[in-house]
Amino acid sequence: MSGIARPTSETELAEIIASATGPFEIIGTGTKRGLGRPVQAAATLDMTAFSNLAIYEPEELILETGPGARLADIGTMIEAKGQQLAFEPPDYSKLLGAAHSGTIGGLVSCNLSGPRRLKAGAARDHVMGIRGVSGRGEVFKAGARVVKNVTGYDLPKLMTGSYGTLAALTSIILKVLPRPETEETVVLTGLDDMQAVHMMSLAMQSSCEVSGAAYVPGEAVYLRLEGIAPSVAYRRDALARQLATPIQVLAAKSSMAKWRAIRDCEMFVGNQERPVWKLSVTPSDAPGIVATLRMQVDCRYYFDWAGGLIWIEVPPADDASAALIRGAVKTGSATLIRASDAVRTTLEVFQPQEAALAALSARVKTSFDPNHLFNPGRMYRGV
Amino acid sequence: MLKMPIPDADAIGRRAEIAAALRRIVPGEGVIEAPVEMRAYETDGLTAYRQLPLVVVLPETTAQVSDILRYANDHAIKVVPRGAGTSLSGGALPLADGILLGMAKFNRVLEIDYANRCAVVQPGVTNLAITKAVEHRGFYYAPDPSSQIACTIGGNVAENSGGVHCLKYGLTANNVLGIEMVLVTGKVIRLGGKHLDSEGYDLLGLMTGSEGLLGVVTEVTVRILQKPETARAVLVGFSTSEDAGTCVADIISAGIIPGGMEMMDRPAIHAAEEFVHADYPLEAQALLIVELDGPQVEVDHLITRVSEIATANRSTTLRVSTSEAERLLFWAGRKAAFPAVGRISPDYLCMDGTIPRKRLPEVLRGMSELSVKHGLRVANVFHAGDGNLHPLILFDANDADQLERAEQFGADILRLCVKVGGVLTGEHGVGIEKRDLMPEMFSETDLNQQMRVKCAFDDQGLLNPGKVFPTLHRCAELGRMHVRNGQLPFADIPRF
Repeated sequence: MSGIARPTSETELAEIIASATGPFEIIGTGTKRGLGRPVQAAATLDMTAFSNLAIYEPEELILETGPGARLADIGTMIEAKGQQLAFEPPDYSKLLGAAHSGTIGGLVSCNLSGPRRLKAGAARDHVMGIRGVSGRGEVFKAGARVVKNVTGYDLPKLMTGSYGTLAALTSIILKVLPRPETEETVVLTGLDDMQAVHMMSLAMQSSCEVSGAAYVPGEAVYLRLEGIAPSVAYRRDALARQLATPIQVLAAKSSMAKWRAIRDCEMFVGNQERPVWKLSVTPSDAPGIVATLRMQVDCRYYFDWAGGLIWIEVPPADDASAALIRGAVKTGSATLIRASDAVRTTLEVFQPQEAALAALSARVKTSFDPNHLFNPGRMYRGV
Repeated sequence: MLKMPIPDADAIGRRAEIAAALRRIVPGEGVIEAPVEMRAYETDGLTAYRQLPLVVVLPETTAQVSDILRYANDHAIKVVPRGAGTSLSGGALPLADGILLGMAKFNRVLEIDYANRCAVVQPGVTNLAITKAVEHRGFYYAPDPSSQIACTIGGNVAENSGGVHCLKYGLTANNVLGIEMVLVTGKVIRLGGKHLDSEGYDLLGLMTGSEGLLGVVTEVTVRILQKPETARAVLVGFSTSEDAGTCVADIISAGIIPGGMEMMDRPAIHAAEEFVHADYPLEAQALLIVELDGPQVEVDHLITRVSEIATANRSTTLRVSTSEAERLLFWAGRKAAFPAVGRISPDYLCMDGTIPRKRLPEVLRGMSELSVKHGLRVANVFHAGDGNLHPLILFDANDADQLERAEQFGADILRLCVKVGGVLTGEHGVGIEKRDLMPEMFSETDLNQQMRVKCAFDDQGLLNPGKVFPTLHRCAELGRMHVRNGQLPFADIPRF
């Protein structure tokens, strides 16, 4: 079986799935095909027709859209109403060599969040509801168009970050929040890795509401403050006092450009053959992890999320330095973000799970998709 | 009254044998089987429902929890997990043929890690105790359900509890970084930790709010935050609920997310005022308390903007707190609203629907009509910021007819919430209370999919059965392959 199906209605989608004779790769505009493991499926389920905006109600902080809607279009629309997706969706198109920032469906399926994640939560914290078709060809929904709801299991969170392996989503309800009026970035220079993480920790322990904390080695620690102008100015001064160190300040425009670069991993754009990893770790572990790795491999790295997120670029190698990196990350997860299809086919791209958890995840997969029709192998071999 | 599944006579007949087996796992006083001693566990916050459990077991270690669950799973015995038993939806109601697994002895704060802004605690630690453990360093744990003095963090995870500050700071799900949990098979797994994102399916998110049906939490890692520098509140009265509703929408539309935004209707205002004398405006039809928190300069700025918006929406009273004592006085009436209503009525049922905020006037009108229809009074307190309603239905439980009517009234209110695009429960959980209303919100397919997820965790349906789902299905029946037009899905039919 091969070919591309482009359903235009939920009924048609359910029909296609119910009568499928083999697995599908589910795609939107395909900009995130480089994430996860390459899917082994002859057939493609193109979901771009599901791109309608169902509602956008700024005063209810809610929007509902088809997964095929472009992230850039949604962003422009809500920006006009002074709102944003608070988890700060990243745009990895340059990093991965894709044409544009992709769709809402792709964003949610990969649970991608930017620097503000440490204050505002991840994509998964902003997905309030979903509709979709399961691997049984059944249309189901979960969640609702309200921001506070505990009715039934939180399947919207389960769908977020499931890389299209559980259901073909037809609709996504997102929470939106006000955009800050302005921002500034406090810059600290002359620090080593350990001092940088310590300073970021102190900043996060303050009441200054830091909404971004990153460190680029050899460059600086960046601490972002957002809100109304008098509050930002007040917190900038408070932070300088509490950190007891000289600071420089990036005004709104340069601050935005800096955080876009950090968010989109611009530092590693270019050398496409060099693998890039994203490590989610306990923030205070970050300096030790990179110290271990630097003794063994010639790498480039920077920290986001106050040290809780390590971006690291390593020289080309058959295993993309997986053994080294996974060995250095004792708790947390190491995800291979950029590597060739061949490398991502032979490796576990996501952090391998211990047996009981892996078995449970496999049962959860089967509860939605008993015949393993959706994106086989995208997350783990056999899932 | 809601019906519970028919107890399994076989399990009840094996009570002594089950108690003996549990005693081998938890020696000494950790197993309770005397009815008079089990009385303490017969109900939770939904006191209209009472049931003695088969036997109570109070483990102290994860290994004991694991052994208890493995034993129950091997012998097909039901288990009801319980924290402090403050559930308002009957989530911890025991079963006559089930082991009550009390987690109260897991009461230690294991680690406080300021550098990484988190605390590792056992599930029986109370919500407020987490804040108490970190407040000397200026930190707190953000979700603040009104039962926070008693409710446990394990129960908060099971119910995904909220509180008045969750509009700005999130529910439990947004503040839990990791858990250790025991599956019904006895297997112990860890989800998340001190790091922010874990790859793989978000089972941590799924567990949060799963109401004790998927596993038993034995350790929780929560995010702790530095307290805002200051907080001030505005007390606003309106002559119509429409004006109050528009004021709330205008505040949000102006880009302001208050730390808390609460509304009370006239009956609730009167009950609260008589109880705590907070100087609430008794002539108002709706009262709004808006709390702004953050740096002084920001709070002052936002207070001015909120006051302008309130005035533009024809507020009849507008007071800004000028001291911490006054701010607390504004809150005193709202925080005491439930006991205040308890003084004017022998009993009340607390409902918990969420609606899109803009439908509030219509829902309040509908509730007044239902109040006449059922012949019972209702007072409303409302987390206005996120549309979460808490109608309190006043009745006398000594009159069986009134309890019946109160339950019908509550069900009608929740149907109304769903009809306007809302949900059955915003923060109290489905439990038994809203179980039979689930089909109002979900189709059979929706519910079957949720039950299949349950089967992935608990294929014999032993954890907290009779809660959340209106019907019980065997997992084998749910897992049966869908046969369409007489053909199996993998039959070799060319499609493309």
